[in-house]
Amino acid sequence: MASNGSLLTAKFEDGRLELAAGGSWTAANAGELETLVDSVAQDAARAKAVSIDMRDVRAFDTFGAWLLERLTRQWRSAGGSASVVGMPEHDQTLLKEMSGVNLEPVTPPVRGNALIAALAALGQGATGFERDLMTFANMLGAIGVAGVRVLTRPRDFRFTSAVNQLDRVCWQAVPIILLITLLIGAIIAQQGIFHFRKFGAELYAVDLVGILILREVGVLIVAIMVAGRSGSSYTAELGSMMMREEVDALRTMGFDPVEVLILPRVLVLIVALPVLTFLGSMAALYGGGLVAWLYGGMSPEIYVSRLEEAISLTHFKVGMIKAPFMGLVIGVVACAEGLLVKGSAESLGLQTTASVVKSIFLVIVLDGLFAIFFASIGM
Amino acid sequence: MTNVKEKPVILVRDLEVGFGDQVVLDHLSLDVRPGEILGVVGASGGGKSVLLRTIIGLLPKRQGTIEVLGVDLDKASEEERRALERRWGVLFQQGALFSSLTVRQNVQFPMRENLDISQRLLDEMALAKLEMVGLTPIDADKFPAELSGGMTKRAALARALALDPEIVFLDEPTSGLDPIAAGDFDALIKTLQRTLGLTVFMVTHDLESLYTVCDRVAALADGRIVCVGPMEAMLECTHPWVQTYFRGKRGGMLTSRIGQLVN
Repeated sequence: MASNGSLLTAKFEDGRLELAAGGSWTAANAGELETLVDSVAQDAARAKAVSIDMRDVRAFDTFGAWLLERLTRQWRSAGGSASVVGMPEHDQTLLKEMSGVNLEPVTPPVRGNALIAALAALGQGATGFERDLMTFANMLGAIGVAGVRVLTRPRDFRFTSAVNQLDRVCWQAVPIILLITLLIGAIIAQQGIFHFRKFGAELYAVDLVGILILREVGVLIVAIMVAGRSGSSYTAELGSMMMREEVDALRTMGFDPVEVLILPRVLVLIVALPVLTFLGSMAALYGGGLVAWLYGGMSPEIYVSRLEEAISLTHFKVGMIKAPFMGLVIGVVACAEGLLVKGSAESLGLQTTASVVKSIFLVIVLDGLFAIFFASIGM
Repeated sequence: MTNVKEKPVILVRDLEVGFGDQVVLDHLSLDVRPGEILGVVGASGGGKSVLLRTIIGLLPKRQGTIEVLGVDLDKASEEERRALERRWGVLFQQGALFSSLTVRQNVQFPMRENLDISQRLLDEMALAKLEMVGLTPIDADKFPAELSGGMTKRAALARALALDPEIVFLDEPTSGLDPIAAGDFDALIKTLQRTLGLTVFMVTHDLESLYTVCDRVAALADGRIVCVGPMEAMLECTHPWVQTYFRGKRGGMLTSRIGQLVN
């Protein structure tokens, strides 16, 4: 019996090539077999007739059958003749099956010029930016229309869904928001005290903490946290509903997906962000106070009285006015991206990433626009 | 015909599987013989898919032994397990094609991971497998989301067959297909089983499949196999559920047809 070592041995005899096959012609040996078959195919160019003796083959599967078929097909197309002998009936059926496949030549996927591909990607990115803006504007419009429609028929508003979302987006987010903002407040206070101490102006660290937290950092940190936490979950939820045709099902039942799914979610974000911003800012001021006391040696009474002098209601208002708009931006981006999900798991991942990246980007851009606005009205 | 004395390729003894307080499979025993197509029937939620998933090691069992191709999965080392997993293919109910890969890449995936072969052979083999299950080279570059239900099942079958397995597990292969497509799929399974010498373990609800392709049928009720044998044995089984299943309204029509054929 032939060992695995002699899968294929060739012998020349006056213009005839006689091949003896042996061992296992199976998937496990496919790599080795292919090299052997290819080298034999070149030898065979010199031979007029070829015969392959399959008597010693112990195991034969589709991989072996295809390689044998490929070999004989090559010779026949080159005008030679090839015969296969000594094959059990069962294997012959398999070989016959293989003779019906791969009749068309394999066309590898066309790969274009790398430079052109890079330029094309750049162009697509640029037009993609414009398309994104249009998508978000459309979504904003659709939410507006749905909102107006719900105002005329308030009973249609999905109150239960909204309460459920509020629990997830606002209530369950409270602990992590408190923790993060407390730490941010503490870090700002520590840095302020450390650097202002050189000028003997430690007291001004309190101004720094108060103004920075209430105007900018509180709302920004909360918005970024919410974009990562709730925006991504909105996109993933809506995206998997798109994948499983649930959104189409809603539509065919005569419901507007924007009204049923998106409006409650976006409204909840608009409510949740000011609440979380308020709680977060308070936690950050508290964290700042703790550091001022434990690290800066400033008693809590002094910290509070200094804070009263340093900040005014205006600072607080500036932060809180921004919050609902941040919520709207996050909601619109998250829902619009969710509806763009196609059938594959990869697309769900891509859109969720895009949703978080774009909403954080837009939140920061919006913050900048607000800064210009408030500066020009003197707030 | 299958030789009864041959060692079974799948041997299940005294298997118990449950979730929490609920016992789904209650001391179940079953043999699958080499080269046969075994159909497993049972009520919805009766544990057919649980049995399949337990055999392939996706669900934990409480007690009992399972041997596949002579290997006990509990005692097998990591390497033995991997080697065994290459010798079977699974067709999941929803196809479970990787949605971010094309059909061709889906079929190539197990080959690429397990075999050391050239890209050319990979392409040729993938197309050969796809043509064997009745798909065209044009379908090969589609993504799973672009396929119809029947095409998804065919592509998933091609992937299950990628490494020329000895056993194929099919979980409701014809569910969701129209009768013609289901019939074609049955014929395909039969052809492939004959050409490739496969052993097929098929969970199904489709009475037509049971009649046309299965060599033996095992009926699962009350958490155990109540009857096993060729179709005629099923009709003589006295278990009330099996009686209702094969002699009920839908089963009855087919049974009478079989009866005419037998007489």
